[in-house]
Amino acid sequence: MDKQKNVQELDEVVVRFSGDSGDGMQLTGTLFADASALFGNDVSTFPDYPSEIRAPQGTIGGVSGFQVHFGSRKMNTPGDYCDVLVAMNPAALKANDKWVKKGGIIIADVDQFNEKGYQRAGYKTFDAITELNLQDFKVIFAPITNLTKESLKDSGLDNKSIIRSKNMFALGMVYYIFDRPLSFTEKFFEKKFAKKPEVIEANKKVLHDGYNYAANIQAIPNTYKVKEATTLPKGKYRNINGNTATAWGLIAAAEKAGLPLFCGSYPITPATEILIELAKRKDLGVKTLQAEDEIAGICTAIGASFAGNFAVTTTSGPGLSLKSEALGLAVMTELPLVVVDVQRGGPSTGLPTKTEQSDLMQALWGRNGEASIVVIAASTPSNCFDYAFMAGKIAMEHMTPVMLLTDGYIANGSEPWKIPNMKDYPEIKPPIIHEGTEGYQPYARDEERLARGWAFPGKKGISHRLGGLEKDFIKGTVSHDPLNHQRMVDIRAAKVKHVQYFIPEQQVIGDPEGDLLVIGWGGTYGHLYDAVSEMRANGKKVSLCHFNYINPLPKNTPDIFGRFKKRVVCELNMGQFVNHLRMNFQEFSYLQYNKVQGLPFTVAELVDRFNQILEGK
Amino acid sequence: MEEQYMNYTPQDFKSDQEVRWCPGCGDHAILNAVVKALPEVSKQLKYNLERYVFVSGIGCSSRFPYYVNTFGFHGIHGRASAISTGVKVANPTLSVWQITGDGDALAIGGNHFIHAIRRNIDINILLFNNQIYGLTKGQYSPTSPLGAITKTSPYGTVEHPFRPGELVIGAQGKFFARSLDVDVKLTAEIMVEAAKHDGTSVVEILQNCVIFNDGAHDYIADRENRDDRVIILRHGEKMVFGKNRDKGLILSGLSLKVVTIGQGGFTLDDILVHDAYNPNPGVHMMLANMEYPDYPVALGIIRNVKDSTYDDNVRDQVLEVMKNAKIKSVDDLLNSGDTWEV
Ligand SMILES: Cc1ncc(C[n+]2csc(CCOP(=O)(O)OP(=O)(O)O)c2C)c(N)n1
Ligand code: SF4
Ligand SMILES: [Mg+2]
Repeated sequence: MDKQKNVQELDEVVVRFSGDSGDGMQLTGTLFADASALFGNDVSTFPDYPSEIRAPQGTIGGVSGFQVHFGSRKMNTPGDYCDVLVAMNPAALKANDKWVKKGGIIIADVDQFNEKGYQRAGYKTFDAITELNLQDFKVIFAPITNLTKESLKDSGLDNKSIIRSKNMFALGMVYYIFDRPLSFTEKFFEKKFAKKPEVIEANKKVLHDGYNYAANIQAIPNTYKVKEATTLPKGKYRNINGNTATAWGLIAAAEKAGLPLFCGSYPITPATEILIELAKRKDLGVKTLQAEDEIAGICTAIGASFAGNFAVTTTSGPGLSLKSEALGLAVMTELPLVVVDVQRGGPSTGLPTKTEQSDLMQALWGRNGEASIVVIAASTPSNCFDYAFMAGKIAMEHMTPVMLLTDGYIANGSEPWKIPNMKDYPEIKPPIIHEGTEGYQPYARDEERLARGWAFPGKKGISHRLGGLEKDFIKGTVSHDPLNHQRMVDIRAAKVKHVQYFIPEQQVIGDPEGDLLVIGWGGTYGHLYDAVSEMRANGKKVSLCHFNYINPLPKNTPDIFGRFKKRVVCELNMGQFVNHLRMNFQEFSYLQYNKVQGLPFTVAELVDRFNQILEGK
Repeated sequence: MEEQYMNYTPQDFKSDQEVRWCPGCGDHAILNAVVKALPEVSKQLKYNLERYVFVSGIGCSSRFPYYVNTFGFHGIHGRASAISTGVKVANPTLSVWQITGDGDALAIGGNHFIHAIRRNIDINILLFNNQIYGLTKGQYSPTSPLGAITKTSPYGTVEHPFRPGELVIGAQGKFFARSLDVDVKLTAEIMVEAAKHDGTSVVEILQNCVIFNDGAHDYIADRENRDDRVIILRHGEKMVFGKNRDKGLILSGLSLKVVTIGQGGFTLDDILVHDAYNPNPGVHMMLANMEYPDYPVALGIIRNVKDSTYDDNVRDQVLEVMKNAKIKSVDDLLNSGDTWEV
């Protein structure tokens, strides 16, 4: 292998793989991310699925992307813009060229840039460079399809399988550029195709041929070295995405509580993977019920909760709408229940594969009657585990439904995660009523949490009846008494409010006072963090206050807000959290930064906006 | 102590709540049948009282759980089948009884109803069919006959009704029975069998709403005519009916036919024997669909077929997977797959 090129050292790099839905870009990106993580980099990924599931081949609508940000420091976002773009066809190039840094490298499969390819992607000419204004980029047109065919002509694979391997040729090229070992990926082939040795060999060959091709052509002037991340805490790591972390966090809560986990759910993008993961976990006794619709999903969960399981239901926005009435039933019956909403672009079917934070008001208020529930939000792929665990803990110990909000971006994004130890997690002790408890009253409460007891059917001497009709304050029998109703509304609200004594204080990242407090919640954490860090590095008096506990809000929130001259609330909706803050803390004024494009923030746009605010614009 | 299940009386299953159905409502009789059946169910299945859970939706009929002294859950309109499914999967040792109306089960809850049946989850569904929405004061329901005049159909309905039995068997139901509110003895007898059946048992009870649909079932409920207009099916017995026990059912071509024994050359030998255990739903479907005046209305257990149940399958699969599992705790799970040291 020719290794006389210049090797340049970089702290971080962003690579974006893009191609037709059938080109295997999600796998390619995942393999690259895994190889980088195993090599020792920190990694953040962003799978950008096509908005149309069965879009015609070669069209813009069918372009699938996968962005990988890796480096020698902690990676908080998948990166705004990429250093290297792989475009497997003209549509992929056209859909993604705006995401390449000026002067970046573009690797394109020239074999697809034919008349048909250009036309399907809606080009006006047959010259992508001029039409897309790519003169300032290093565009490498490589005959990827033909070289893959050549590479595998003696492999014995059929033509279709050969062409399907071209993503591995491209991956080999990228491995060369970043001086990555091929061994991790080779091991993957060996595991995945254990029963098909010829497929293992073919994939290895294409990967190597891609690597060697990149080494041999003159078009690539440098290779780059991105050193291991040394700032990561020592320990054992794995990769995790938000949906898997959510599923595992729920299982962890069930284990801590010593109760079986039940999940009633109906598939919906981008939440389905949670159900898929839970369905696999029969080895841990998890029961999953794929219901006939979202209403049945939550109602089976309510039934299971009544019967003494830790019950959850998982969905996305449209499904949450269907669950509203039953969620009110869980409020009235004061049963533990976790509802996971993986938010996506709305309203209606909206943008199923894209991310948004626009279900917050639905989560807080989307029910008939005075029906307050606990709402919490995860903010990174890996901390979905912690917040799913906490959702379970709060639901079971406080006898209330808890809504856990994640979003398409952190649900599908992945990152290396230092594997936690379950003994470091707190106990979960639900107020379970013992068999034969004398004088059991279904709605008697403990003073600390205001939670009623949880009495499972099957136990002697504590039989009782629950339901959606208003309950007597103590006995839990049906009551239409006006003053009792007021009292019950008050106590249900107080019970939720009381959770604030059991959650951690709100933290500030940066100085505790300053010119501008950036406020965010949920999945925008990484971008806000990087933007605030960049400004602080430039001497600006900016801090970040990022919320995970949404209802109730942490007690110390107003103390934090009061120490900054200005506050800006940033969210991927038209201002739902800021209005929640306005309701709760009217004494402050709030600026807003909102974006509803189905995309995460970029660090660059945030920094721009914050600078403008500091300049008084 | 353990043998409590031997000694229950109906009184043990009555709660202290005031029963709020209208005087004369058929629901009272059904409640009587249930509290009469439960001591017998307990004895036969060795169930103590705490094993029973009554789940309902919304409607007059759905108030039922408040009136029995067991665990109870009064749900939301239409969702009883889903709630009771969750209860049963969470704890398969419970005896789950679902109380539902014709609107609750077949209109707003139709989807959950057919899917519970399809899954064959081991619950007992008591469907109170008064052919009207009682609680909301008299709108037509999915079982109101074509042309029924109600508050929301002042000129008569223009839609075809469901026949619950047809729907149940169409959804692959394994147990379907029908009774009449006024026949407490028959209803109680059916309930014991429904409880003993593993899988979804649906019992349709023709129930009179004295206020909004009075007399809807009088044509068969009146003592005068009942014996001539209904047939009570019992497994292994001849399909004979009539005051004088002289009428019977035969198969003529692909249809059932009513004949008079001793007339037209028909003898008792020609009369069909009821086989409730036959997996083939053909004859059961025809029996469930019989309507007066062409046929007698079938009461009793029309279909009672064994098959695997959802809750057993869930439990067995979990046990099977757990037996050979490498992952036995969350710590194992977290450390499974590709990991590396930093
Ligand atoms: C979501 C919802 N929609 C409508 C209603 C109003 N509602 C209550 S019971 C009922 C119909 C009851 O009829 P049925 O199920 O036949 O029971 P019955 O009262 O006849 O026993 C209706 C429409 C409701 N409670 N909830
Ligand atoms: S309205 Fe009809 S169904 Fe309801 S309680 Fe009265 S009689 Fe019974
Ligand atoms: Mg009715």
